[in-house]
Amino acid sequence: MLAYLIRRLFAAVVMLVVIILVVFSIFFLVPKWAGVDIATSFVGKQADPAAVQAVREKLGLGDPIYIQVWDFFKGIFAGRTYAAGGDVTHCAAPCFGYSFRSEQAVWPVLTDRFPVTLGLALGAAVLWLVFGVAAGVLSALKRGSLWDRSAMVVALAGVSLPIYFTGLLSLAIFAFGLKWIDAQYVPLGQSFTGWLGGMILPWVTLAFLYAAMYARITRATMLEVLGEDYIRTARAKGLREQTVIGKHAMRSTMTPILTMLGMDLGALIGGAILTETTFSLPGLGQAVLNAIRNQDLPIILGVTLITSLAVLLANLVVDVLYAVIDPRVRLA
Amino acid sequence: MTTQRTSGRRKQAMAAAAVVAALLTTAACGGGKDSDGSKNGAAGFDAANNKVAQASLAKKGGTLRFGGAQDADSWDTTRGYYGFAWNFMRYYSRQLVTNKTEPGKEGAKLTPDLATGLAKVSDGGKTYTYTLRDGITWEDGKPITSKDIKYGIERVWAQDVLSGGPTYLKDFLDPDGKYQGPYKDKAADHLGLKAIDTPDDKTIVFHLPKANADFEEVLALTSASPVRQDQDTKSKYSLHPFSSGPYKFESYNPGKDLTLVRNTNWKQSSDPVRKAYPDKITIKFFSNANDLDQRLINGDIDLDINQTGMSPQGRTAALKQHKANLDNPVSGYIRYAVFPQSVKPFDNIHCRNAVIYGADHVSLQTARGGPVAGGDIGTNMLPPSVPGSEGQKYDPFELAGANKTGNAAKAKEELKACGQPNGFKTTIAVRNNKPVEVATAQSLQASLKKIGITADIDQYDGSQTTGIIGSPSNVKKKGYGVIIMGWGPDFPTVQGFGLPLWDSKYILQSGNNNYALIKDKAIDGLFNDYVNTLDEAKKTQIATQINHKVMEGGYYLPFVFEKFINWRGDRLANVYTTDAYSGQYDFVNLGLKSAK
Amino acid sequence: MTELSKSGAAVGEPATASPASTAFLEVRDLKVHFPTDDGLVKSVDGLSFQLEKGKTLGIVGESGSGKSVTSLGILGLHTAGQYGKRKAQISGEIWLNGTELLSADPDHVRKLRGRDMAMIFQDPLSALHPYYTIGQQIVEAYRIHHNVDKKTARKRAIEMLDRVGIPQPDKRVDSYPHEFSGGMRQRAMIAMALVNNPELLIADEPTTALDVTVQAQILDLIRDLQKEFGSAVIVITHDLGVVAELADDILVMYGGRCVERGPAEKVFYEPRHPYTWGLLGSMPRLDREQQERLIPVKGSPPSLINVPSGCAFNPRCPYADVPKDNVTRTVRPELTEVGSRHWAACHMTQEQRERIWTEEIAPKL
Repeated sequence: MLAYLIRRLFAAVVMLVVIILVVFSIFFLVPKWAGVDIATSFVGKQADPAAVQAVREKLGLGDPIYIQVWDFFKGIFAGRTYAAGGDVTHCAAPCFGYSFRSEQAVWPVLTDRFPVTLGLALGAAVLWLVFGVAAGVLSALKRGSLWDRSAMVVALAGVSLPIYFTGLLSLAIFAFGLKWIDAQYVPLGQSFTGWLGGMILPWVTLAFLYAAMYARITRATMLEVLGEDYIRTARAKGLREQTVIGKHAMRSTMTPILTMLGMDLGALIGGAILTETTFSLPGLGQAVLNAIRNQDLPIILGVTLITSLAVLLANLVVDVLYAVIDPRVRLA
Repeated sequence: MTTQRTSGRRKQAMAAAAVVAALLTTAACGGGKDSDGSKNGAAGFDAANNKVAQASLAKKGGTLRFGGAQDADSWDTTRGYYGFAWNFMRYYSRQLVTNKTEPGKEGAKLTPDLATGLAKVSDGGKTYTYTLRDGITWEDGKPITSKDIKYGIERVWAQDVLSGGPTYLKDFLDPDGKYQGPYKDKAADHLGLKAIDTPDDKTIVFHLPKANADFEEVLALTSASPVRQDQDTKSKYSLHPFSSGPYKFESYNPGKDLTLVRNTNWKQSSDPVRKAYPDKITIKFFSNANDLDQRLINGDIDLDINQTGMSPQGRTAALKQHKANLDNPVSGYIRYAVFPQSVKPFDNIHCRNAVIYGADHVSLQTARGGPVAGGDIGTNMLPPSVPGSEGQKYDPFELAGANKTGNAAKAKEELKACGQPNGFKTTIAVRNNKPVEVATAQSLQASLKKIGITADIDQYDGSQTTGIIGSPSNVKKKGYGVIIMGWGPDFPTVQGFGLPLWDSKYILQSGNNNYALIKDKAIDGLFNDYVNTLDEAKKTQIATQINHKVMEGGYYLPFVFEKFINWRGDRLANVYTTDAYSGQYDFVNLGLKSAK
Repeated sequence: MTELSKSGAAVGEPATASPASTAFLEVRDLKVHFPTDDGLVKSVDGLSFQLEKGKTLGIVGESGSGKSVTSLGILGLHTAGQYGKRKAQISGEIWLNGTELLSADPDHVRKLRGRDMAMIFQDPLSALHPYYTIGQQIVEAYRIHHNVDKKTARKRAIEMLDRVGIPQPDKRVDSYPHEFSGGMRQRAMIAMALVNNPELLIADEPTTALDVTVQAQILDLIRDLQKEFGSAVIVITHDLGVVAELADDILVMYGGRCVERGPAEKVFYEPRHPYTWGLLGSMPRLDREQQERLIPVKGSPPSLINVPSGCAFNPRCPYADVPKDNVTRTVRPELTEVGSRHWAACHMTQEQRERIWTEEIAPKL
């Protein structure tokens, strides 16, 4: 188990380095192919070539990519010192550099925005797990009933409707039409009810999409599990039906769902861009979208690193969990 | 990379947005009880356009709430270039002179701020002397000295650290770039710039190597604000500028929010310009423009910090339900197409004229949003807010008159004169992140087809504008015969608008704005006359002449004198648009009707 | 249920309608029908038998003859947990220890399950939950019916594992099913079934999934345990060899009905139904050479939806034309007594069957 973990972690680190290299390459090579100088977008309207050159040096864009990648990783573990035009700044580890645009340090941006995204993903996950799995189980137990059919139609709608559509719709109805909720993000530390009010629509919107998927998977898995011999055995023991379903059948049903959950949570932490943009949530997704618009490489790198880490970590956790749930899976 | 087609996903998004827009329009009829000019309600349509709305209702106190879809490029007075940022910076920064806090044209005029009066100009327009007021202080209570002003101006020279802002001060005071900037300054006090003298703490003297009639305009830019050396955090200054005005930074999270609170060390008696009504000023940034507009309509926020007009959906809803909350000012921007002379056959004036005549100007105006949201048909290249402008009265191509919907016959004639009687092929370059510009490009493409000109549209990465069309060699390589752009004045004079566009000295290998590559001795000469003229009437006259010369050259096809729809919240008092900031509301003296 | 009433069978009638059974287990006219899109599947269609404590009944038949459906019916597993599917239609009476189960409160039947009647399934690998240890599963089975703490239950589980011959039971109790060999798993399954000392044990093909040497061990184990606990046992199998040594009585099923029933020695040495002859003929025996097999049962089992009119076995019966007037194809034969406690359902006369058995079949076996 330990050896397995070490191997997986090593692979994860290699993966991260590769991801960072790719981001760097996209950032530098693509504009080069397009014949564009990034530095020009950081100077004023009538800046002269000398100023452009100075900016290029300040941003470190003049160095070869491998030097920049090396500096980037060195900054994370050892910190680094930025010196340009008489402006010397030491950036202590973990140093992800400074935003090209706002000049703020990237690390605090990440730590500031990560909880928002995490709160969004986790809150939505709780909702979609509870409602998706419950709906799926009910559908499986009442297969062919009116409930089952309507639940599956709603689930199909949930899976096919794009999130910006359901998001804008829910804003239009609940926040601006009926004015039930304010739907503005408030940090958790400031007001719990305010935070809930700001998060509830994003949660529900996001959870609607995922609950639909989870309901479908749960239903299919549950139906399959209910046909298993060991379920018949459980009944033959004289177990109550709720124990048979709640314990024996659910445990098997949860296996693929947990796998999915790990992947989805990982992906959401990196990819809740649409939801965050729709609801103006100041999370990582919004930050990276703005950063891409502004060619703000350090923010892009920081968010990419954090979200890749989250995805890799989620996968690792899923693998370990899988082994815990299913004793037939042995990690070696 | 530079070309991008509308992807399926984006189409889906547009369709979804359209459905939602329809829903929003119906959902937004919450508080539609607007009675014009009422004490608590909206002041009426266009009530603050070039005039003051509800001035007497402004009370001291309260929180003024801005919302925005985009943060400033920088809140550092040296580095910001966005108009709304300059407008907002007056809350926490003062200059020697500044624009009058009055509506419309009057707002474009200068008035003393830190100085006791406008400049004493001597030495044939090459020396400007100011005396500072008494009682002017920093946010920690220490007095603002002439040295602080000099240091603040010197920061413009440190382009390697503080890039992004306008560099007029550097261009006017040290065109050869002899000074290295304060951070590389070997002098002990880092005040080595020769062009500025500070004989005492109350006096500052500027020595220009060459006279420039607009120098005082440039001193009114925020990049001429004082910065105190011990508070200069260099590249990090944008995160917390040190205040010389009535408000100071309380907190700022880039892209999220910004809060200003009263600077208790600022004295009303020292400041003839700022009224400082609210106690607190907040900006909240939204990533969804629809959300922002809905919150404006809902009254959750008072006005849009970006001042670029409402989104199409929000605008539709607002025009229907809340017209009394809207103003329809002229933005000072001209939207146009420009013809780089390096790309054949646009080296020939007749081919350029053919495009100008052939275009359907009404359809271009419609693509921009129509007469209300888009603006009046542009007939020349000087914005209405700039002295010397004649507006639609000067219409050499009769774009708003006889040739409104395009004059194919005249265009064909010009083509013949150009030696291309059967038309030609060319490429229209347009930013991919501006849907309205893409629409105008398509409109232009359609009308050019009628006169035999086949135009491809190349949608390039809009965030790379300076790199792509700012490089004349790239423009030539790509064969961009028509470039769709827009331009507004940095300060409201012909120099502040047109110098980088039309003067041959401003043809740059990168970051070029003279896209047409105009090398006209007459125009260069007129600009030279302009900078040496101190008489306002004469300056205005030269501006008119320059505009005529540019139009006669056939370098530009103007689309519209841009107008936009701006939301004015119910709580606001003392609201007016000003030509100083391209038709935006003048932020600094906005008040609230209630201190609640 | 309505369809059943057409046939005139007792449908959902209260237990009082017929006299209470005095036998330990008595099944009276049991019918289990499954409605499907293709029609009504009559898996069990009028089955009756009795079983006393300490005795073993072997139910023999091909797959699809209704043996497993019968055993699940006794345990009440056709009604428990049938979600959304069309419900099985069950009629008749099942008396256990003086209680009629079909009309009893389902929760009462649930409490009997695992405690008074337990079941050993065919494939122990799929019948045990892969995610729980053997110990957990036995402990669970014990604690449903006994109010004891986990420790006591665990001790009991180890004791049972020891009893069924699992080495190092205190260690293996924490193993997962996949860590056991096939035979060990079946022993564990048996331990789980017997943990509550059930009075009725149903073993459904208990050895089919095992190899031959292990089969014998398991059968020995079941026999020993039966002696020890004194339970009644039903062994369900398609293999007459399995019940030969184990069963006191044998019931041969064909097409959802009983075709022959009687004491084991009678069914083996004086079988009175051609299908039983076929089964005996296809039974591998060490004292007989394989190629001499004379009466393999040709053809395939009957459809349970469109059961052939007349005798269900007639399409496959080599003697279908022995009785006159085509009666085998028109009239369904009833069980008739052919000897002491020995019944068979065949249109041939006693004499015809005795003659065919002694002259044609027995010599070739």
